[in-house]
Order: sequence, then C-alpha cells, then structure tokens
Amino acid sequence: MSANGWLPLLVILSSLLPGLLIFGLAEERVRTRTVLNLTGAVVKLVLVGWMLWGVYNGHHYEMRLPLLPGLELVLRAGPLALLFVSLSAVLWLVTTVYAIGYLEGSPHRSRFFGFFSLCVTATVGVALAGNLITFLVFYELLTLTTYPLVVHRGTEVARRAGQSYLIYTIFGGSLLLLGTVWLYVLTGTLEFTPRGFLDTVATEHHSALVVIFALLVAGFGVKAALIPLHGWLPQAMVAPAPVSALLHAVAVVKAGAFGIVRLVYEVFGVEFAAILGVTGPLAWLAAATIIYGSLRALFQDNLKRRLAYSTVSQVSYITLGVAIAGPVAAIGGVVHLVHQGLMKITLFFCAGNLAETLGIHKISEMDGVGRRMPWTMVAFTIGAFGMIGAPPVAGFVSKWYLGLGALEVGQGWVVIVLAGSSLLNAAYFLPILYRAWFREPPHVWPQERDFGGKETAWALLLPSLATAAMALAAGLMAAGSYSPLEWAKLIAEQEFYLK
Amino acid sequence: MDELIPGFPWGIALILLPLAGGMICFLSPGIARASGLITLFAVNLSVVGLAWQMFGNGVYRHAVGGWDAPLGIELYADGLSLSMLGVTALVGLAVSSYSAAYFRGGEAIRFWPLWLLLLAALNALFLSADIFNIYVTFELMGLAAVTLVALAGDRDALGGAMRYLLATLLGSLAYLLGVALLYHGFGTVDIALLAERVDASPVVWAALGLMGAGLLLKTAVFPLHFWLPPAHASAPAPVSALLSALVVKASFYILLRLWLELFEPLVAGQGVPALLGLLGTGAVLWGSVQALRQSRLKLLIAYSTVAQIGYLLLAFPLAVATGVTAWNGALYLALSHALAKAAMFLAAGNLLRFEGHDRIADLDRVVQRLPLTASAFALAGASIMGLPPSGGFVGKWLLLEAALAQGRWDLAAVMILGGVLAAGYIFKVLGYAFTQAGVAHEPGPVPARMEWAALLLACGAVLLGFLAMPLLSLVGIGAPFGSGGVDP
Repeated sequence: MSANGWLPLLVILSSLLPGLLIFGLAEERVRTRTVLNLTGAVVKLVLVGWMLWGVYNGHHYEMRLPLLPGLELVLRAGPLALLFVSLSAVLWLVTTVYAIGYLEGSPHRSRFFGFFSLCVTATVGVALAGNLITFLVFYELLTLTTYPLVVHRGTEVARRAGQSYLIYTIFGGSLLLLGTVWLYVLTGTLEFTPRGFLDTVATEHHSALVVIFALLVAGFGVKAALIPLHGWLPQAMVAPAPVSALLHAVAVVKAGAFGIVRLVYEVFGVEFAAILGVTGPLAWLAAATIIYGSLRALFQDNLKRRLAYSTVSQVSYITLGVAIAGPVAAIGGVVHLVHQGLMKITLFFCAGNLAETLGIHKISEMDGVGRRMPWTMVAFTIGAFGMIGAPPVAGFVSKWYLGLGALEVGQGWVVIVLAGSSLLNAAYFLPILYRAWFREPPHVWPQERDFGGKETAWALLLPSLATAAMALAAGLMAAGSYSPLEWAKLIAEQEFYLK
Repeated sequence: MDELIPGFPWGIALILLPLAGGMICFLSPGIARASGLITLFAVNLSVVGLAWQMFGNGVYRHAVGGWDAPLGIELYADGLSLSMLGVTALVGLAVSSYSAAYFRGGEAIRFWPLWLLLLAALNALFLSADIFNIYVTFELMGLAAVTLVALAGDRDALGGAMRYLLATLLGSLAYLLGVALLYHGFGTVDIALLAERVDASPVVWAALGLMGAGLLLKTAVFPLHFWLPPAHASAPAPVSALLSALVVKASFYILLRLWLELFEPLVAGQGVPALLGLLGTGAVLWGSVQALRQSRLKLLIAYSTVAQIGYLLLAFPLAVATGVTAWNGALYLALSHALAKAAMFLAAGNLLRFEGHDRIADLDRVVQRLPLTASAFALAGASIMGLPPSGGFVGKWLLLEAALAQGRWDLAAVMILGGVLAAGYIFKVLGYAFTQAGVAHEPGPVPARMEWAALLLACGAVLLGFLAMPLLSLVGIGAPFGSGGVDP
C-alpha cells in the first residue's frame, strides 16, 4: 500500500488510539489525558490538511481491506468526504478544548474522553467511507459510542434518554442493514460512485429500488432527525453540553444527513433518483420537518431543548437541498452541512457557558445576561443571526443558494418554506436576544460560580468565540477560494456534469 | 523440522494431550492447575500445527494404528472441523486461565480432570469420520458436561444437572438408535462410505428422524431447549461458558456434518429444511423474548444462547438454494457466538463474584468498579446483536444475503427482529451499568486475570469481524459446504 493509502487510515487512528489509551488512564491523570486528547486532535487536523492539499492537487487517497466475500472496507478521500472530515477535525479540536474546561473536576472523565474520541473516530469513518458497507460499519459504531456519552451523567433522566436514543437508532440501523443487503443482492456492488451506480439496474427492479430508497432514508433519517423519527433528539439534550454540541453539529445528526447526501448523489445518482420519483417526497418530508421543528422550538422554555428542536429544523435544510435535485440547491444543501455545524456548535457552547457559569438552563432566566457575560452572548448572537439567515453570517449563504436553486428548477414552494422557517427562527431567537441584551439582570443568578473577575473560564469562552468567528467568516468570505461554499460548488459540479 | 510439521499426526495429539493432561490432574491434584494450563497451550499449538499442515496438504486424514476404515478408526479434518477445533482451543485457553483463578480447593480438584476429559471428547468428536465414534465421543462429552454442571453441588446446580443428564442421555440414545439402523441397513458406520450407499428408503428416514431428534434435543433447539437455561444458569461461570460456547456447538456440528454428507441430497426437497427453519424462527423469537423478560443475568445469557442457536438453524432452508453463503454465515455465527457467549458468561461470573448476586436491576456501579468486565460484556454484546464490526455481523450479513437473494423475506425479518430484541436485552444490562449508586456492601475481590480472560474473548469476537476472508478460505479446505469456501 502506498503512502496515499495510509493517510485515510491514519486519520482514523489519530483519534482511535488516543481514545483507547485514555480508557486505560487513571481518573486523576489529568495532564496525560489532556495531552493525549489535544495531540490526537491536532495530529488529525494536520493530516486532514495534508489530505485537503493533496486532493486539491489531484492526488487520490484510498485504502481497501477485504471485509466480506465480494466486499471491502474502503476509505476514500473525495471532495464530499473531505468537506465532512474537515468539519469534524476542526470542530473536534475546538470541542475537546471546551470539554476539558467544562468537565473539570467531574467524575468519570477517562470514560468520557475515551468514548468522546471513539465517537469522533466513527464520525470520521462515516465521512471517509468509500462504499455503503463501510458507511454502515462506522454508522453503527457511532450509535454504540455515543450511547455512553448520552447517559454519561448516570441520572434516571439520562438513562431514559439513552434508552430512547437506542430504540430509535437500533431500529434505524436495522432498516439500513436490510436495505443495504438488498441493494447488494440486486447490484453486486456498494461502491459510492459520483452520479450513482444504479442506472444499469433492470427496469423490473425499479419498484424494489424505491422501497430500498425508503428503507435507507428511514435508516439515515433517524439520525438526521427527520419527522417522525426525530423523537430521540430533544431528549438526548440531557447529555453534557460538549456532547450536545458534538451530537448536533458534527457527529450523529450530521452523519444521518451526510448519509442522505451520499445516498442521493453517490448511490442512486440524483438524476436517476428523480426518474424514480423519490426526490419529490423526500423534499416534502424535509420541508415538513423544517416547519415542524421550528414550530416546536417556539414553545420550549428550556434553552437546550429549544436549540434541539432548532436542529431538527435546520438539519433538514441539507436534505431539502439534496432533494430539490438541482445543482444550485445542491450547493446550498451541501454547504449547510458545514454552516449549520459551525452555528449550532456555537449556540450549544454558549448554552453550556450559561449553565456552568450562572446555572441558567431556561430562557426565562436569561434576562440581562448579556451584561454579565457579554462575549458569550456576542457569540450566541452571531449563531442566532446565522440560524435566522441574516447576512453576513454563514446561514444566509445556505438559504440564498437553496432558494435560488429551488426557483431554478421551478419549485417555488420551497421559497415559501424557507421564508416561513426564517420567520419562525426569528420568532424563537429574537426574544432570547432581546431578553439577554435589553432586560434588566436579576439580583442573583440561579447558581453563580466565580471565575476570578472573568466572565467565565477561558476554555469555555475561547471555543465559543472561535466557532462564532468561523461562522461569520464562512459567510463573509464565502466567495474566497478555500471557503466551504467553493468546496460545495466543486462537489455540485461533479454531480451535475457542470465541468 | 520441515518434515516434522507436515508429517506429524496433529490430530492424535489433539486427543491424547487433554487425555494425558486430565489423567495427570486426576492423579496428582497438587499440579492440576499447572498441568491444565500447559495442556491448553499445547492444544492450541497443535491446532496451529494442524492448520499449517492442512494449508499445505488439504484435508487431514489419519488411520489410527495403520488400520483403514471400515476396520480401523479414521480421523478426518476438513475446514469445518478445523474451525471448530480452533475455536474450542481458543475458548478453552481463555476459560482455563479464568478457572485457574476462579476455582479453589476441592472444586478445583474436581474441575480440571473433568474439563480436560471434556476437551478430549470435543476434539475427538470434531475429528471423527464415522457415526459410531461420534456417538462415543458424544456420550463422553455429555457425561463430562453434566458432572461439571453439578460441580457447585447446591440445590439449583443438582436440579439443573439432573434435567441436563436426562436430556443428554435421551438425545444420545435416539442418536444411537439411528446409528444402529444405518449400520444394519448399509453395513458401515463410516460417513464417507455411507454417503455413497444411502438412498431415500424408510430406514434412512427413520434414522434421520431419530438422529435428528436426538441432536436437536442436545443442541437445545426450540422447543426442546427446556433443559438449557437451568443447566447453564446454575453451573459455575466457567462451566456455563464452556457449555454455551462449545458443547451445544458440538452437537450442532454433528447435525451439520450428517446433514451435509448424508441427508441433504436425499431430503432437501421434502420439507425438512423448512421445518428446521421454522424451529429456528421459533428459537430466535422465543429465546430473545424470554431473555428480555429475565431479571437474573445468567438466565438472560442462557436464553440468549437459545435464541442464537435459532440463527444457525435458519441456514438449513436458505442453503437449499445458496449453499455456501448460508453455511458460511451459520458457521461464522457459531464461531463468533462461541467467543462472545463465553466472554459474557465469564463477565457474568465476575459480576457475581463482585456483587454476590446477579440481579440485573441491582448491578449499578459496575462500570465504575469493574470497567474491564463491563467492556467485555458490551463488546461481546455487540457481536451477539450483530452490530458491525464484529463476527456476529459478518455471519448475519451472509445469512441475510442468502435470504434476500432468494426472496425469503420472512427469514430476513426474523433475523432483523432477533437483532433488535438482542439489543433490547443487552442494553437492559448495560443501561443499569451506567447509573450511579452508592456502595451497598463490601464487594468480593475479582482477580485481574478473570477480567482479562473475559475481555480478550470479547475482543476476539469483535476481531472476527475483520478476519472473514482469511478464515472463510481456511474453512473452505476440503470444501465442506460443496463448491469452495468463498463465493467468487
């Protein structure tokens, strides 16, 4: 195997090995654990950077291992994979710093960081998977490694959230397995191919392909929180803030959305999927999820719960962009994979800061919090404006391309959905901002901790500001040559023969 | 040296080593532990030697004392036998190392000779080439196993052992009757010779019925599984591990062997495979639901064995059309179940030692105090659920592929449902393990060796998920499943 084959494997190992080592560490060896965590995260980032540079210069990175008769475990770094890998690598580093600060002094940290690293390993594997079976392997691994993080606190509520998470994901995983085996039996291959590999399947199997599509979408839809499969997500917010941040921005939810992208673009091929007539219903489902999630978010007083419903809504933008089946909408959907991640992780970091510093969990407790924690709330405000879709934050770019793309293929109704969703986003984010900045703060906060005159610990504040800055930069410099948008355009060109 | 490895009768070594070791353990109990462990190492080396030999020369044949069949006893090993010998040696080594810390005093003195006798019987069974030798080893295995169950000597153990004894005697008696019928009808007990002579006559049907019923009873196939949960749950943990991992697999192995060599060509179209598939379906569903309902850990694991055996039977109807894939799937499930289930029982033994009980609802704080054991249970559980990457996943994938290729949606649904139910009962245990609770009493000490034995076995089950290609090509030696080991 050449060096080009080893690189994807090293990207996986750079979090797998630290994770396994951390499990073996005694609880009180904080420094060793921190060094391991950060080394892994930085090494991964460097390797991913190297791969990005290589792919940009026309190199191919691929590793194959025999897995089953006729099937291989394939890791491949294409443009789509790299978009997701880069997002994971960057946000993992940031979240690791945040988690170290957040969990300082709490019990079971070795267990936590061990599973945390394994969770990222699984996410990166999902991103790099070069065929559906490899995807399935890492997708299920993700289920298993996230469960301990969701139940980390060990309370009865956490246990029930974990149970609900498992019921949904195991159910989804079973449908996915069934669909994957069926597809393999029909086609004899599962290799992700730009523009799909199914157009050669005989016409009499087309109805079977529709069912397979439904099975696979259901399998991915559980993690992507498409209605009616979204029930676990709001419950899972009992997890510690860094876990929620990772869950909502990179790992679980994104893996589901990414699966749908892979499914439509590289299994079915968007044109073939449109011929089968499956993209239309998928678009409607996504649109319904967008509106439903926003409506539910409106009525939550618990901050993290409101953010969770907002995720239900926002992640479906990705599905919507893919399902509209036009090149410009595709750019919007794919780029939202990154943009939503940056904005949502910022919001969850900020929610964690509020909870850790002042004991604030509810929106009704947030009066005047902008004066006590100005930097945190600046970051929060950027994230919230991004979600609403106000320029120049990244969310605007996604919505712009989604709307434009929908009009391009004559699906005007999507613009109404987008506008409605933006209004609802405004309706549930602006009151929070109003409270935080313009109301009088109370005399005592619910549970204030002292950080020596600073508004909160550096390890909590800096990650929040960093991701907020990235969300802003992704919007401001969207036309720059290395922006997520440019990368998404590259992917869309490949899928739609624009080159 | 070049001559020694290809020429050495490794098969004989596999039978004589444990017999001799067991004898030493019996005669001088003082060195029982050491001699047991040395024997297991030697047995593992012999399996490696045998595999090496077979890689070069193909199937292994050895006529004991130079007398060929039908006069003498012939030993025979193809890829199927080799894989069973291999998993027996590996599980045996882990369980022995566990037992060295688990059993003390009088129990240890009784355990080692019996276990090595059981091992000799298992190895001889996998190497037998005629149905009468199979009977002898089968009976020997059953008696050793029953005695091991009774080792604890308490009320539960004796009750479980008694039921087990009745089942095993009845099973081997039925099998022996079948042997007698075949010998009477065709004048030989050699499997290869029988395969040439049998036809679809009433004698063969009667023999199939008797042998099949006996083997199904001893494999604990639903609805003949009544004896398994009490026996496996009341035995000492290492014994439960051996029984669930190896002993039930041995009778399944005979069923599979006789089916492949003698009966499949005769009765394939006659509804027998469909009946076996139906029993398998019943086992998967009933076993899983029962496992889900248990409140005690060892009973839960025992019912899980009932369910997992069901998967193996699902291969019979599927193999009619897609032979190799279905059999490979079933064999892979059997191998990974052996590792995973042994790991689970050993882990349960650790929890029992630690907590003094195995009530699932009171197993809190285990992850914090016995993280290795909890990991072992979780990893083994992943394989039992059939989640990737694990041996269980590979087996399930192959079986699902066979089912969908011929449109057997019913069987595919059973497999999927079985996996979901398995996740239910595995996480029923793991869910409690993450909750926090105060220390209720002084826990019993668990030696590190016992934790590691469980964990390594579980890792083995997961590792099998990456070794499918080399292992399946090894299994293909001698083409036990017809055309080649691996699909092109």
